[in-house]
Amino acid sequence: MLNILDKIPKLPIADLVSDATDWIEDTFDFFFKPVRNQFGPFLEDVSGLLQQIPPIIVIIIVAVLAFFVSGKKLGLATFSVIGLIFIYNQGIWEGLMDTFTLVLASSFFAVLIGMPIGILMSKSNTLQSIVTPILDFMQTMPAFVYLIPTVAFFSIGMPPGVFASLIFAMPPTIRLTNLGIRQVSTELVEASEAFGSTFYQRLFKVELPMAKKTIMAGINQTVMLSLSMVVIASMIGAPGLGREVIRALQRADVGSGFVAGIGIVILAIIIDRFTQNLNKQKGENA
Amino acid sequence: MPVIKVEHLTKIFGKRPKEALKLLEEGYSKEEILKETGNTVGVNQATFEVEEGEIFVIMGLSGSGKSTLIRLINRLIDPTSGNVFVDGKNLSKMSKEELRQIRREKLSMVFQRFALFPFRTVLENAEYGLEIQGIEKAEREKKAKEALELVGLGGYINQYPSQLSGGMQQRVGLARALANDPEVLLMDEAFSALDPLIRKEMQDELLDLQERMKKTIIFITHDLDEALRIGDRIALMKDGSIVQVGTPEEILVNPANEYVEKFVEDVDRSKVLTAEHIMKRPETINIEKHGPRVALERMREEGLSSIYVVDRQRNLKGYITADDASDAKKRDVKGLHAILRTDVPQVSLDTSMQDIFDLIHDSPVPIAVVEEGKLRGIIVRGSVIAALAGSEVNMENA
Ligand SMILES: Nc1ncnc2c1ncn2[C@@H]1O[C@H](COP(=O)(O)OP(=O)(O)O)[C@@H](O)[C@H]1O
Ligand SMILES: [Mg+2]
Repeated sequence: MLNILDKIPKLPIADLVSDATDWIEDTFDFFFKPVRNQFGPFLEDVSGLLQQIPPIIVIIIVAVLAFFVSGKKLGLATFSVIGLIFIYNQGIWEGLMDTFTLVLASSFFAVLIGMPIGILMSKSNTLQSIVTPILDFMQTMPAFVYLIPTVAFFSIGMPPGVFASLIFAMPPTIRLTNLGIRQVSTELVEASEAFGSTFYQRLFKVELPMAKKTIMAGINQTVMLSLSMVVIASMIGAPGLGREVIRALQRADVGSGFVAGIGIVILAIIIDRFTQNLNKQKGENA
Repeated sequence: MPVIKVEHLTKIFGKRPKEALKLLEEGYSKEEILKETGNTVGVNQATFEVEEGEIFVIMGLSGSGKSTLIRLINRLIDPTSGNVFVDGKNLSKMSKEELRQIRREKLSMVFQRFALFPFRTVLENAEYGLEIQGIEKAEREKKAKEALELVGLGGYINQYPSQLSGGMQQRVGLARALANDPEVLLMDEAFSALDPLIRKEMQDELLDLQERMKKTIIFITHDLDEALRIGDRIALMKDGSIVQVGTPEEILVNPANEYVEKFVEDVDRSKVLTAEHIMKRPETINIEKHGPRVALERMREEGLSSIYVVDRQRNLKGYITADDASDAKKRDVKGLHAILRTDVPQVSLDTSMQDIFDLIHDSPVPIAVVEEGKLRGIIVRGSVIAALAGSEVNMENA
């Protein structure tokens, strides 16, 4: 009687998912193949290009940008300069450029895909109630799990790294785009309607500008999440600072691991402050 | 042809509007329908017409359906049943595109909380309506600037709304609506968010603007004083229904039912009632026919201490006092000319009670109400007091 639970045969979920993955891999090969063969090398070119630029130039450019982005204050610029010199000094500059490229690519696609989904979601309650649990699922599933099918689709290297972080990092952009648009006051929406706006006029002239702050906060989170995922993606061969960490882990080399970790933290802080300041900049008080 | 015509317009909020509509048509009340079906009656079979160039005020307590009604007129809210005609065209039968065209060309709206776009400058806000019509930059700037001049904001075009006071923000709202040069302005409690002094100023300005522009305005308010000040006609709403439509005088003096009566009970009547409402039929004598003797006789009969003197065409000539008349009688003066006094305290038909009050205070004789030189009535102190107390107004004059 007590082993009644054992009488239920084990449901073949794992097999189903594996089969489904195989199916997807075969069916969408026309998509995965060019991504593997073209996009991967493209990203490596971008990173290579960044590495061509003399670090001192990069540091100066970042410092100047930081100065203006933070409203002509010296704090961020100073931090960036010191942080970047430290990274160069520790010999992980190359990893930094790889990581940055990955973050840039995955954030770019996350926003490119996430914002339209968020917009559609804000227009339909049905869609919202369908998408929300999917987003919860995407965010709570351990990040490592994404790596497995990704390898099947894109083999190893940069593309699977981008793809995995894309999935992992997209939810905040979707959520906050949806939220931002839904929060636009009814009167403003009515005003744009009452003057005879079309759907797109209302969206681009009223809703998106009003929701901008919220959406930018979402994008900031997306960028930070994709940074954390890019590091994890090193487990499937994505290059960058994460690879240094993993290598250190395999060799139990505390020192190198720590240095690479610090490098990631520095990059994270710089990116975070940049995106936050961009958001603050043109904000008229509402 | 009325500019706006509203026919049995009904809006029911909720999941089962059809069912609620049936009950409504059977005469169930808003409350009963809410209990029965869980649906809220927003507007209940409203019917009225708005003529070109008039300020039509819709007034009612909070929740009476005013905002819903005005939004049904430009179809920001779709009606459950009934029709809205703008210039004879039925809005409920229009495609989205046609509706958009009507909104762009004929109907502009001003909102209670201004609804300005905070990320746009004053000028850009005023341009909005023109911008979405695809009018080119130079022209829409010109028109928007004109509209801003009109509301006295010519010097603020590059500010952001958050830098302006409430009154100024609403001027921007008004300019944004006027920039389109619409036929009809829909104003939903446009001044309710402003402090009393600013509100009054805006009311005056709206009336000034209206003198010049002759728009058709539908103006919503929950404030009776405001309604009486600016309305050419007023519609009173209760629980989604229109309970009375009439001129301010009709509403005040002749409330259609107890609800309206309650509503108008505590209006400051002195601001609304005019000489016409409180004047009485005058006792007079004719300068061409009568002498002091008749005058004295008439005064004694009516218990008066003075009497007004007119000619055959009822042109006001002056008044005589009982003392002068008995004096003249003793001295055997024949005509009235010798004792006629011409320092007559006069007002016209539309002089407000407030002004009359000041006049009557130090006048020894009743006040003459004069129209084009003719005596139309007199006002004694007693009737002013009575009218202020809320009784005894003569409708036959109004
Ligand atoms: N979107 C809505 N959904 C449900 N009920 C509504 C909605 N809008 C208004 N109502 C109800 O309709 C009635 C009229 O509201 P409204 O037109 O806003 O009144 P007013 O503007 O006169 O204060 C109220 O009972 C209100 O609760
Ligand atoms: Mg309202």
